[in-house]
Amino acid sequence: MALMLVKFDMKKRVKLAQTIWFLYWFAVMAGVLVFSMGLFFKIELRKRSELMDNNESHLLPNVLILMGLITCGVNAFGGKVCYDSLDPSKFIKWKPMLKPFLMFCVGLNGLLFVTALLCFVMRIPLQYTLAEGLKNGMRFYKDTDTPGRCYMKRTLDLMQMEFRCCGNDHYRDWFEIQWVSNRYLDFSAKEVKDRIGSNVDGQYLMDGVPFSCCNPSSPRPCIQGQMTNNTAHYSYDHYTEELNVWKRGCREAMVSYYGGLMNTIGALVLLVTMLEIAVTIGLQYINSSLSSLVNPEDPESESEGWILEKTVGETFTDIMANMKAMSKGGKVEEAEAGVATVS
Amino acid sequence: MVLLKIKFTQQRRVHLAQGLWLLSWTAVIWGAIIFCLGVYLKMELLRRDEVMDNTEIHVVPNILMIVGLASIGTNWVASCVCQDSLDATRFPRWKVLLLGWFAVAAVLCCLLISVVALSFAVQGRLEESLKVGLRNGIRFYKDTDVPGRCYQKETIDRLQMEFRCCGNNNFKDWFEVQWVSSRYLNFTSKDVKDRIRSNVDGRYLLDGVPFSCCNPSSPRPCLRYTLTDNNAHFNYEYQSEELNLYSRGCRQALTDYYMELMNSTGPVVLSVILIQMSVLLGMRYLQTAVEGIMALEDPEGESDGFLLEKGVKETMEDLKVKALILLQFWLVDPIAPEGSSEDADLEKAEKEASPTPAS
Repeated sequence: MALMLVKFDMKKRVKLAQTIWFLYWFAVMAGVLVFSMGLFFKIELRKRSELMDNNESHLLPNVLILMGLITCGVNAFGGKVCYDSLDPSKFIKWKPMLKPFLMFCVGLNGLLFVTALLCFVMRIPLQYTLAEGLKNGMRFYKDTDTPGRCYMKRTLDLMQMEFRCCGNDHYRDWFEIQWVSNRYLDFSAKEVKDRIGSNVDGQYLMDGVPFSCCNPSSPRPCIQGQMTNNTAHYSYDHYTEELNVWKRGCREAMVSYYGGLMNTIGALVLLVTMLEIAVTIGLQYINSSLSSLVNPEDPESESEGWILEKTVGETFTDIMANMKAMSKGGKVEEAEAGVATVS
Repeated sequence: MVLLKIKFTQQRRVHLAQGLWLLSWTAVIWGAIIFCLGVYLKMELLRRDEVMDNTEIHVVPNILMIVGLASIGTNWVASCVCQDSLDATRFPRWKVLLLGWFAVAAVLCCLLISVVALSFAVQGRLEESLKVGLRNGIRFYKDTDVPGRCYQKETIDRLQMEFRCCGNNNFKDWFEVQWVSSRYLNFTSKDVKDRIRSNVDGRYLLDGVPFSCCNPSSPRPCLRYTLTDNNAHFNYEYQSEELNLYSRGCRQALTDYYMELMNSTGPVVLSVILIQMSVLLGMRYLQTAVEGIMALEDPEGESDGFLLEKGVKETMEDLKVKALILLQFWLVDPIAPEGSSEDADLEKAEKEASPTPAS
């Protein structure tokens, strides 16, 4: 008893072939989409790799790029086969390849599904990479004269302005590190000596933040320095002041940005997987309907199409039997070879 | 003497019709592109509406949008004419429309050329508009509690950060304006009282700039207050400090941005002009060739295609005469009742003047 048997006459076969050919071209474009999404994600990761300590995993975009290319190729080939299926003379040359091609397609669909799952799962390691990277990034903010780190200040400033965030978890993170370079500190001044003397590591700590933390929506010009001292500024209470600097931490902002990106990509890859499954089933119907013609000489006769020739259970037992036969055949050959060498 | 005559065989006519059909569809697509360019330019101008004083510059995107839409319509009509041109029964209904079509296509080409000229000419007006708009923006920066101006601060801050500019001409524009609202000034403190008394209008002027002028590429944390005082900051010299703040003025930055946008539409507009002119010429050839064939009543024979039936000079003379006749009709009609007696007088004068055969 075949799985999902459908009767086909000539007109129905032609319509099926045309529809599946059309769908294959959509699938080629879907493959291009997956490829370009992988490329886009790779570029986004590279852009901010400084903030992730150059430690981020490029596994996901590489997989997306590879799957995109393979999907494109496979679908172009499938489209060609569909196009030729309308002409019996051309279809003959594709017939022997069709069964292995369909098995390959099923495997590919499985891989695509795994890729989609990967998109959702890779968010977690990214979170940890970002947390580490940002903490280190803030430490190197002042090192604009150290080769290899001289652009960290600019990267961090631009990132805080773009993502509208300040510090790792909140703006107080800036109070705990020295973000003013020693080159611009007057070590003979009393204030500087006091601050350096006030902590164990001899760092110049202030209750101030860089200008990139400032919120343009604030009604008042930005207060960046002496933020915890209410008397330093007129009509200012740092507990109730909300609009002065960005309240959100940059880790949360970046994680939500990249997380959103990965969720979108994962959803799109799932849609592409469903499209691929549909075209694979369609091609199987075309294959089975053309190989089961009632009258093999007459291309216009009726035929039947199915997904599996026997039911799922029977097909599974068949495959198991085939595999056992192959392994037994291997063992018999080995035994024969052994016997031959012995004798 | 016919202008640029070409012989058309049956096959050549078919090729011309097919080629022209393809070309007119290309022109439709390019018309759509011009429309989209116009929409994009208009959106960009509207986004910065608050720092512009007048909307004169909007004439460029408006013309682009109108021309885009008109070009889509015109070229779609052209493709319909091409499709029908090889069918003798369907072509005659287009004959009347074609003269109007040529006029519209010529007007479109002229409008496109004028857009290219306008986009260069309008630069001066744009700069003026930006100068006034930015000056007002900077003056009203502190008025975050005045309805209608409360977003001026945010607009100017975001503008300076996005375009990497400071002030109108340069950062010193901020020294001449009170940009700190009086709500945040402690009028009992000596420093505030000194500053307010130091100028005629009683404004609190500083040698400082808002945070949005800060340049992230600076190696040093941003210095934005007491900029002119070298002693206020360690290892700082006002005259030679270059990277601390943005050195460009926002007027220059915005003008450059918009001029670049309009110049980049230049190549697109020029190619659309070329395509439109080719469609125009091709249509004229097709029209004359098909009309020639229809006159011969032999669909498979040869015919001539030309641009003008007579030479340029003769065609101009013809047009002048036709225009004069039209003008005369228009002028003579209103005075027709009196004119009849005048005509009778004229006739009498003629009869007296010309010698009769009898005498």
